[in-house]
Amino acid sequence: MTLRTFLTRSTRGLLAALSLITLIATPAYAQLNVEVVGAGAQRILVAVPNFGGDDSLGREIAAVVRNDLASTGLFNIINTDTLVAEENSAVDFAAWRSRGADALATATTSRPGGQIEVRVRVADIVKRGTLGNTTVTVPGNSMRLAGHKVADFIYQKLTGQPGYFSSRIAYVLKQGNGPTAQFQLIVADADGQNPVPVFKYNQPIISPAWSPDGTKLAYVSFEKSKPVIFEQTLKTGARRAVASFRGSNSAPAWSPDGSRLVVALSREGGTQLYSIALATGQATRITNTSGIDTEPAFSPDGQWIYFTSDRGGSPQIYKMPAGGGGAQRVSFDGNYNVSARPSRDGRTLAFITRRDGGFRVATLDLATRQVTVLTDSQRDESPTFSPNGQMILYATILGGRGVLAAVSADGQVRQKLSAVNGDAREPAWGPNR
Amino acid sequence: MQNITRKHFIRLVPALAVALLAACSSTPDNSSDLASVDATGTSGVPKLSAAAMAKLRDPNSPLSKRSVYFNYDQYDVKSEYNSQLQAHAKFIASEPNARVLLQGNTDDRGSREYNLALGQRRADAVKKQLVLMGAPESQIESVSLGKEKPKALGDNEAAWAENRRADMLYNGEY
Repeated sequence: MTLRTFLTRSTRGLLAALSLITLIATPAYAQLNVEVVGAGAQRILVAVPNFGGDDSLGREIAAVVRNDLASTGLFNIINTDTLVAEENSAVDFAAWRSRGADALATATTSRPGGQIEVRVRVADIVKRGTLGNTTVTVPGNSMRLAGHKVADFIYQKLTGQPGYFSSRIAYVLKQGNGPTAQFQLIVADADGQNPVPVFKYNQPIISPAWSPDGTKLAYVSFEKSKPVIFEQTLKTGARRAVASFRGSNSAPAWSPDGSRLVVALSREGGTQLYSIALATGQATRITNTSGIDTEPAFSPDGQWIYFTSDRGGSPQIYKMPAGGGGAQRVSFDGNYNVSARPSRDGRTLAFITRRDGGFRVATLDLATRQVTVLTDSQRDESPTFSPNGQMILYATILGGRGVLAAVSADGQVRQKLSAVNGDAREPAWGPNR
Repeated sequence: MQNITRKHFIRLVPALAVALLAACSSTPDNSSDLASVDATGTSGVPKLSAAAMAKLRDPNSPLSKRSVYFNYDQYDVKSEYNSQLQAHAKFIASEPNARVLLQGNTDDRGSREYNLALGQRRADAVKKQLVLMGAPESQIESVSLGKEKPKALGDNEAAWAENRRADMLYNGEY
């Protein structure tokens, strides 16, 4: 398979091209095309030489780290070729500064007791000091996870925000069409690598949702000729129907404490929201309209539920207290605003808006009511925030195929993750590991 | 922003990309904390007599007609379906073991979950009509497939119209 990478020309075009080589040198299970838009964006120049200690392990992990950092569009990676630098090696600040570095990450890898251990230090080249150091330990078979955790640490030290590289994504892969179509629920690293089908069947799967602790997925399967909500424990594969009422069961959303699922049920006619206590299975109706109420999502503090309703004549986003009660309309521009998902700080909603006949990813600043349309595509669906709120992953159609794409919440950075052999859709971004 | 995207980008020579790919090794993580499973689906619907099944499949009977089509953004059953639905209502009332699954569908534009709710509205409308015509409510379940199982593929009005539909399935057919 080939990997094509696009980068916008910037004032640091040469350095951008160098960082792009790092991207290409990454094994590609799913294709990761990174497209950084926004000329003049301030990027941090960071050097990540190969890690010392176990040299071949250090080389592989450093490559994962460089790829993670470059994919954000916030960093340019300085080419350090075959240079190896141990975590505690002396830093020649003047030499790194002359190569343009703002920051330098050095690390030492080892395999104590069958595990992978990485000791990493981040140096501030401009201020000639240390930004911090840490030790990452992962199981011996999780080289890439080690890299993602190191990249999380570096990202945090350089931006002040937590990284998201150690998180996982879930999505649905559809292969074939019509009666022979096959559907897989895939769990992969945030960069699309290490994809594992955790459930597969010849009927559709939609709306995967991560439990807050990242150990389970709730999703809608059509294996019983109608939509039924299942909960699956990822480690064991144990799955059970959590909502299999008469009619359709869909749109699962976890409460932040993991104790409840709010879902859309049609058991009393129409499509209405219910709150299910997972310990007892008891479902309590929390909306009461003659219209459609669906696509619930909790605010991160668990106090509110955002949802889609057509009670005002067109599908719009509303919010109500988590236990039900008076709903307020949240979206106003246009006649089709759906699929709201709040950022983890609760300040922003990502949603899909129809503009000029196209379905596009947009954000709504809940304090200022400012709406920003982030894409210009035609068929965007299912936006989902990265754990730190920097990126929004969504599904779209490109060249007739379903692909996953991501855009930064400020619209400056875009990425594309395309499945090698099928239509990718229904992304859900899980928590960090 | 969109203009910038299109105007300014560097495309890498594919040969270079291939060479770079070939030059590096890859070690995927062994995701031993993720188990893969398959579905085991059964519906548990009672059996219908062979005579009843034969009635449903008689091509000359209105019972062989199982689909109801809807206009764009419409959820009311058109009057042209009255005789078809009356025949089904009568059949369902006369066969206590008959179980009907009404599956609503939509075209493939927009949110999957919102479309699921729109398809439900279509299935609910057909169910309501059947019940008004005398079919026992307990024998009919209305559900939605939304835009997940399109009968017609394609981004055109003919395909969209074919998918704005509710289907009636009887015992053994789902």
